[in-house]
Amino acid sequence: MKRLVPLTIAIIAGFVLLVANFIPYAENWGVKAQEWFAILAVGAMLLGGGNLIKLHLMKISAKKAGWGYSLVTVVCFFMVLIIGLLQMGIHPSEQYPDFAWSGYILEEGSGFWWIYEHMVVPLTSTMFAMLAFYVATAAFRAFRAKNTEATLLLVTAGIVLLGRTYAGVWLFEGWLPESMQWLRFDNLTVWIMDIPNTAGTRAITIGIALGVVATSLRILLGVDRSYLGQD
Amino acid sequence: MKRHMTSVFGIVIAMSMTCGVLAQSTEWCTGQSPMPPSNLVAVDNPNDAGDAVKLTWSLSQNDIFNPLNEDAANTDPELLVASYVIERITDAAKAGVEISDDDQVWRQVSEAAAGSKSLTDRTAERGWTYRYRIAAVDNQGDHSEWSTADAAVRPTMQIFNESKAWLAIFMIIFCGLVAYFVNRARSGKKLWVREIAGLAAIDEAVGRATEMGRPVLFVIGIQDINEIQTLAGLTVLARVARTAAEYGAQIEVPTCRSLVMAAARETVEASYLAAGQPDSYQPDRIHYLTDEQFAFVAGVTGYMVREEPAACIYMGGFYAESLILAETGNYIGAIQVAGTAMPSQLPFFVAACDYTLIGEEFFAASAYLSGDPLQIGSLKGQDWGKFVSVIVLVIGIFLATFISMKGSEKGVIVDSLRYMKGNMLGVDGLFLKSDEETDLAGDNP
Repeated sequence: MKRLVPLTIAIIAGFVLLVANFIPYAENWGVKAQEWFAILAVGAMLLGGGNLIKLHLMKISAKKAGWGYSLVTVVCFFMVLIIGLLQMGIHPSEQYPDFAWSGYILEEGSGFWWIYEHMVVPLTSTMFAMLAFYVATAAFRAFRAKNTEATLLLVTAGIVLLGRTYAGVWLFEGWLPESMQWLRFDNLTVWIMDIPNTAGTRAITIGIALGVVATSLRILLGVDRSYLGQD
Repeated sequence: MKRHMTSVFGIVIAMSMTCGVLAQSTEWCTGQSPMPPSNLVAVDNPNDAGDAVKLTWSLSQNDIFNPLNEDAANTDPELLVASYVIERITDAAKAGVEISDDDQVWRQVSEAAAGSKSLTDRTAERGWTYRYRIAAVDNQGDHSEWSTADAAVRPTMQIFNESKAWLAIFMIIFCGLVAYFVNRARSGKKLWVREIAGLAAIDEAVGRATEMGRPVLFVIGIQDINEIQTLAGLTVLARVARTAAEYGAQIEVPTCRSLVMAAARETVEASYLAAGQPDSYQPDRIHYLTDEQFAFVAGVTGYMVREEPAACIYMGGFYAESLILAETGNYIGAIQVAGTAMPSQLPFFVAACDYTLIGEEFFAASAYLSGDPLQIGSLKGQDWGKFVSVIVLVIGIFLATFISMKGSEKGVIVDSLRYMKGNMLGVDGLFLKSDEETDLAGDNP
């Protein structure tokens, strides 16, 4: 019964939305379903938030390794929650000046805005910036010419890297005959990106599209129920 | 009489003064207005719920984009068309409803930029009948004369969206193939599926973690439960959790969405139960971190560096965080298996992980791992669907290559390719459209 009810809902909703996609009158039902899901997901935030606090409080009380980080997490959680709920630093909107809570949560100068602009954005940017170093280390390993495929990858990557910089033009300036201009790294880069790269990406995309349909069908037909848990 | 003459004289002076003032700002009174557009046609917009009207017209002679306006360069810039104004009046009301006062007079419904030859009025309502008119507006704001559509139009609803006819056909073929092979598997027919190295490595990874006494980290991506990649990741998690339960290994599942956490808990609990180890199930190991992408990455990589899991499995939808996760896993020496349907993240996983399930392999994983004949039947259907796609692609490549070698512009082969591109892969429906129809559809998709 615990699996039957969600499975029935999934099957009915799935097939209805599938057919609705082809009926002009019902075409926006999918959008409506997404809106319902968004409401559900907001409700589920309580579940996630509760779980987060519970685990970190347990970690702090047991003084497990790294409990200091948990303390920071809990303090920040409640700090942002209080600032957000009390709408600190937010002025009522011009439309409803008598209602203290009518202001926009991310209004410039508000507490929530300050946290977002001066804490969330720089921290997110820092994590994102680390990608540059990770790309370098991953590329170093991937481009080692261990076999024929890796050598091909190395040569292709070298051409594309140079072709995307001024070096790709500068290296061939002045000495390459007109009939051989296609050999310039910048021209080769365009060819590599437009032909083999596009072909490969499209092949993967077609495979993904078919995989999505097959997986959806397995779920809709009730053949794959592993995501539903136990009976 | 004298008094009457004085009045008339006063009116004439007043009019000439008004015109004088207007003439300074506009040239309306001097008759300098652009030529009107022509041939306005209003028809029901196809493949909709009867809530739109499609309008087409021929450009004004003062429109710089009009190919007939050969003298465009010498046209007075003030007279050049800046936009087209479209107005509507209600001709007949829906049954049982009266026309409001506002709808009994012409009122503007839209404005199109110079050069536009079509527009779709999406403010129309099903069951009402409308008349339309159009005028050109020049750079000074002067209107041309109105050009009115000959016939009134009544938007109607279509039951089936014909522009998606080929999508429906492909879907029926593909679903039919999957259903056929599922049915074949159900009847006991043995189906062969090639081995997927990345999936065979999952058992090896869990076994290694057990031997080393370290946990297995499973990340289901950063998308929510309504995404198919998350569902596919959950089905792989079911298998990994069962193997971990059988081997006695610990599994750690941090999630980026609350609903995914709830679903993952159900899945892992069911796996532990199926493996006969319900007491070993620890719900707190499947926990929520945060919805923020990079905060989630920071949390997971922090865990990886502290706990050093022996195996890291990434199955789901990933974005820029893929490489940070995989490189951290590489740094701690974990055996790593990844699977995603994000083409832009695949190179990162390929570079940093030991095994990667590329696109469709990821979706095949749950069926492959389950060993259930019904699910494997769906994989066979997927393969045949791929075969049909390849045939369509080869025909298209052949036609395009032939046309480019011959340089033909008309003929059966050109029409065939146009049909494949416009109808089978596009939105032209079942029947081949003329060049003019295609041009118009392209103007206002």
